[in-house]
Amino acid sequence: MAEALVKTENIAKEFSGVRVLNDINVDIERGEIFGLIGENGAGKSTFIKIINGIYQPTEGRFFFEGEKVKRMNPFRAKKLGISTIPQEFNLVDHLNVYENIFLGQEHKKNALLLDQKRMKQLTRDLMEELEANISPEDRIDEISVAQKQMVEIAKAIAYESKLLIMDEPTTVLTSNEIDVLFSLMRDLSDQGVTIVYISHKLREVNKICDRVMVLRDGEFVSLKPTNEVTEHEMANMMVGRELNQMFPEMTTPREEPVLEVKGLSNDGLVTDASFHLKKGEILGFAGLVGAGRTELAETIIGIRKQTEGEILIEGEKKEISSPRRAVNNGIAYLPEDRQATGIITNFEVPKNITLISLKKYIQNFLISQKKERESTRKYIDEFNIQVPSINARLETLSGGNQQKVSLVKSLDTEPEIFIFDEPTRGIDVSAKMDIFNFINELVESGISVIFISSELEEIIGMSNRVAVMREGKITGILEGNEITEEKIMYHATGLEERVV
Amino acid sequence: MKTTSKAYLNKAKELLKDLDLNQYGPLIALIVLVIISSFASPYFLKWRNITNVLRQISYTGIIALGMTFVIIAGGIDLSVGSMTAFVGGIVIILLNHFGGGMFAILIAIGAALLMGAAAGAFNGLIITKGKVAPFIVTLGTWGMFRSLTLYISGAGEFRSNSFLFPKLGMGYFLRIPIPVWVLLVMAIFYGILLNRTKFGRYACAVGSNERVAKYSAINVQRIKFITYIITGFNVAVTSVLLSSRLNSINPTTAGSGFELDAIAAVIIGGTALSGGTGSILGTLIGAIILGIVNNMLNLLGVSPYLQGTVRGLVIIGAVLIQRKRG
Repeated sequence: MAEALVKTENIAKEFSGVRVLNDINVDIERGEIFGLIGENGAGKSTFIKIINGIYQPTEGRFFFEGEKVKRMNPFRAKKLGISTIPQEFNLVDHLNVYENIFLGQEHKKNALLLDQKRMKQLTRDLMEELEANISPEDRIDEISVAQKQMVEIAKAIAYESKLLIMDEPTTVLTSNEIDVLFSLMRDLSDQGVTIVYISHKLREVNKICDRVMVLRDGEFVSLKPTNEVTEHEMANMMVGRELNQMFPEMTTPREEPVLEVKGLSNDGLVTDASFHLKKGEILGFAGLVGAGRTELAETIIGIRKQTEGEILIEGEKKEISSPRRAVNNGIAYLPEDRQATGIITNFEVPKNITLISLKKYIQNFLISQKKERESTRKYIDEFNIQVPSINARLETLSGGNQQKVSLVKSLDTEPEIFIFDEPTRGIDVSAKMDIFNFINELVESGISVIFISSELEEIIGMSNRVAVMREGKITGILEGNEITEEKIMYHATGLEERVV
Repeated sequence: MKTTSKAYLNKAKELLKDLDLNQYGPLIALIVLVIISSFASPYFLKWRNITNVLRQISYTGIIALGMTFVIIAGGIDLSVGSMTAFVGGIVIILLNHFGGGMFAILIAIGAALLMGAAAGAFNGLIITKGKVAPFIVTLGTWGMFRSLTLYISGAGEFRSNSFLFPKLGMGYFLRIPIPVWVLLVMAIFYGILLNRTKFGRYACAVGSNERVAKYSAINVQRIKFITYIITGFNVAVTSVLLSSRLNSINPTTAGSGFELDAIAAVIIGGTALSGGTGSILGTLIGAIILGIVNNMLNLLGVSPYLQGTVRGLVIIGAVLIQRKRG
């Protein structure tokens, strides 16, 4: 048998005395698609960062193409043919697509001039292969998130890679784009390129990967061919216990509407949106990325200007022209991008939690730090937030715990209506279940919830009713046994007429 | 017994871990500087010298207190130096107009404080409503205030005829110059404003991450606007103290270079130039460090022309240290 492309021997990594990866022995074969799964903090990222040279292992040895790698660094990794598509985009906003793809390895006509024509043509070919509708001359800040992901993928395959590491590449892609990506991955693998594929979406891992490795708390758990293991088994191995019920029991909302939105529009992003939300209801919002769900939510909470329409809360018309007004009217919003809009990473836990509701903590013009701490302690216990100390800065917390803080921060405003925008993006199975249970407790206590998610399974498992959006419009509101994956997709893609 | 001492040790270790170098670095630097200076010159620790240094730093120190808020909220104000001359000129004109008595002084001071706040509001308005970069706006008003001062003065000096007015800037209370008292009282007030009030917390949030602040229902533009008003107000306080000390204002040189000293004090004091975090105590220490460096250069007979170089190096050094830690 040919030797493995990557071989690790007893690889371990410590950060200031804390072992985050322990004793990993694995062979990654040439041309295979190697799945890597685990909860947040399981050591997936650390493992790949050792392979691509961002981290040095504390212990153990690591071979590439049979040769021992002494000191790997990102530059050497690239030279050896290791490319990474990172979870966070690494693109220069004000450059064109083709300039980004060839950044650092531009093709040149001669010593001075760049061969722009050739680079544009190569970019066009790559995009065609990816079936992505992106022009080489589009600027990065003008294309959508999904398109940016495609550019990242194009960038990685533009280099002749032997090993391609993909860290959650499908989070922002639609199912159609994912299919294109998968067929491309298979082509690459047939050509002998090895792919390490990290994802929280177990169904995808099962579908595309040849083998899958499970890590938990930095330890190796299992490595099996994907045809010998089910999604359910993978999830159990990741969490380390039997997962019974993913979604909590649904509750029945009351009849009276809490929130009524009538003909809401916002300059082309949202058009004539009308719906109502009942007391104690979970109203799911489904749709493809870019369908206008976030924009609708941001219009309701006054971040974006509404150009037409009206909003009624408990039957009364309200002008919500700023986020502060939304808070005063009992509306809380958990933003989709927690790093960019949810939490302040250099603020400590209490300062984050009280940021929106700071008024509650003021005594004689001064902030009562005692009250802040008391309230923080209460939340830490209640939501099982893992913190090194109560005054830890948010940047030292894991993604799931940051999300909990972000959530508590909105909760502390004591809302009647809670809008969740992709609350489970990029967090692991058990943190997801925590959030589902939390949402359920909210509606049980009479709070009404708008639940925006791109995961159909979640939408279906959680929502009393489901509104579907496409191109800024609400194309359907589904109830009861109408709520199926097929129906939602028909409304989301605009094919419902054909079916009905 | 042993376990308790171990617990204390652990607690001490934890405290040390929490000890923010950005917070204590400037204080340590100040202590080291004082020790070196007291050995380098026998005059350094003389009461007269100390009060002199403190008086000198109080003018830019007061401005730096306001600048701390501007920088924490992610802005910068380059106009403070010429604004000092502009407001100072107005003070003297009003003083002379109303006869130089107690009444005239009170009117002049009141008007100056309003003028300063208004000048700051002008900066803030263009920055927040016009969405122009603070650097550009205040570079523009830096030129404008100086030019207006020269225009009003007709290129001559603003001279006050009041006998009473200089008592304020020259006076002492408990052997400490009045400007120093003003600086201390204002520092305490602003320290509380920054650390213990909603406004201070919001200013840090805006400077840390403007988008998060916006999503957290903070009126970002209003917070920024207020930081410029605070700075303008503080500039006016300095203008009053400075014009009262000299009983005149030179339209060309008054306040010249104050922006550099104020920004330097803020940065040396550990406030991040990129915004988000900072401390008033740090700024105060930063201002004192700058004052002592100047004082030592004087006492050691270094050419005054070289003092700018040393100051520049101190600023660059402070930012470099900040970078390393960040």
